[in-house]
Amino acid sequence: MTEPILSIQSLEFSYETNQKKVLNAVSFDIEPGTITTILGPNGAGKTTLVHLLLGLQKPARGTIHINQRLIDSFSRRELSQWVGLVPQSEYVPFEFSVLEYVLLGRAPYLGPLDLPKESDLDIARQTLAQTGIPDLETRPITDLSGGELQLVLIARALAQQPKILLLDEPTSHLDLSNRNITLRILNRLRQDGSTILFTTHDPEAASLVADNLVLMRDGQVLHTGGKDDTFTSAKLSETYGTEIEVIHIDGLHVVRSLEKLR
Amino acid sequence: MNDELAQRLVFNLRLPRLLTALLLGMSLSAAGGVMQMLFRNPLVEPGFLGVTQGAGFGAALCIILLNRSPLMVESSATFFALAGLLLSWFIARRIRFGGWVLRLILSGIAISAFFSAGLGIIKYLADPLSQLPEITFWLLGGLNSVTWKDLLYILPVVVVGLTVIFLMRWRLNLLSLGDETAASLGVAVKGERILLLVVSVAITAVVVSVAGIVGWIGLIIPHIARRLVGANAANFIPVSISLGGVFAILCDDIARTLSAGEIPLGIVTSLLGALIFILLMVSPGMRLQR
Repeated sequence: MTEPILSIQSLEFSYETNQKKVLNAVSFDIEPGTITTILGPNGAGKTTLVHLLLGLQKPARGTIHINQRLIDSFSRRELSQWVGLVPQSEYVPFEFSVLEYVLLGRAPYLGPLDLPKESDLDIARQTLAQTGIPDLETRPITDLSGGELQLVLIARALAQQPKILLLDEPTSHLDLSNRNITLRILNRLRQDGSTILFTTHDPEAASLVADNLVLMRDGQVLHTGGKDDTFTSAKLSETYGTEIEVIHIDGLHVVRSLEKLR
Repeated sequence: MNDELAQRLVFNLRLPRLLTALLLGMSLSAAGGVMQMLFRNPLVEPGFLGVTQGAGFGAALCIILLNRSPLMVESSATFFALAGLLLSWFIARRIRFGGWVLRLILSGIAISAFFSAGLGIIKYLADPLSQLPEITFWLLGGLNSVTWKDLLYILPVVVVGLTVIFLMRWRLNLLSLGDETAASLGVAVKGERILLLVVSVAITAVVVSVAGIVGWIGLIIPHIARRLVGANAANFIPVSISLGGVFAILCDDIARTLSAGEIPLGIVTSLLGALIFILLMVSPGMRLQR
């Protein structure tokens, strides 16, 4: 068995002391070259977990190891070479061109006073090609559609050349076709050896690409494991607190809510 | 024509004035560009964190209480400009809601209002024949009394400040992203923001203390620079700094020569700045850069 690239043990976190725990006894491992999806309803603690993985918050208890190294031992800059983030949404107030914006992903390899070099430009262009948007290079970032912006955010995170790509709700504001474009890119990145971790509240997005699932509710991990073991009617119903049926059609997992609204 | 007299005139009056105008324009437009990025808001101008109003209050206070020696007035203006920043900062930290940007903007507005009320009281109490005209003239901004001493007073701060801003110009782009994203790119968000903010406020405070309240340069020049070369701070910051220097010299020349008496510089920059701003907004194909 390969060593996990990311290992989370008994993580506990609350925003203020004595308040409700946002994360409680969260443990799971991630193996390199896999797609893992953290699946759960709104408020399950997914985004908080993402912040902990980025070192933005410190856990009250428990440990996070990246490549067998405690996360605290990474400098901020070093960590940014390991973990790249595609944020849930990004408000951009200035009209950067897409290329200039993706180039910001090279920051982990540049000192505070450095300007990006020719080699950084090459890498930025490569990631635009990887995400299928080389044509957008000169477009102002403020003119993009939601689907295009999502791909630009992914390209910027890829320009970081991270060992782990972290995506926070990457499909939550995309239509079906744009969702599939994004998921297809994740699939291709995995085939190229990337390790991907993404959070979502949408079981279908998870079922389309995930190798492994972490089912979360109320700050706790209910189930983890391969998709076949975890993506079941019973476990999803428990996670979402509503009756859910998983139907298998043509090798796809289709999810149906059985709750009648009236 | 006495050559020696002309030389002395140019060297003792014109040259320090020209160089101060240059530094003034460079500083305000650099600080404006930096703050617009740090606050992720293109309508921010460099004095808004209580700095401009603080300087005005400090200058007026010195004029009525102590004396009118330029160096005293400048020191008092600088002191209260920085006090404006510190108070805004302190209050922003105590606000319990909103993000960092919103809190600083709110407290900056409140502190500015506080100082401008104080300034109103001072003007009301001032001797209307000697002190009030002096205060009013100071507030309108001008470089008519600038000497080498003034230039040397602002030079060290301005040189250090502009150097830091110029060197960190690409980095500024990262600080205009959300906190979460900037941190995920390896930026020490808090420290780098504080550094650039303090540097920008410091250069604004010293130039305002010498030149009085010279509006619009810090707001409008970064806009024009972005219009010319795009939003990438690595490109627009140097353009903004150069344009700002040229614009301030131009305005000061107009202020000096347009009429027999001297028009206060602040009036000229506001007039030209507002005019350019309107032109930018109404010209076809021109959008105010978001």
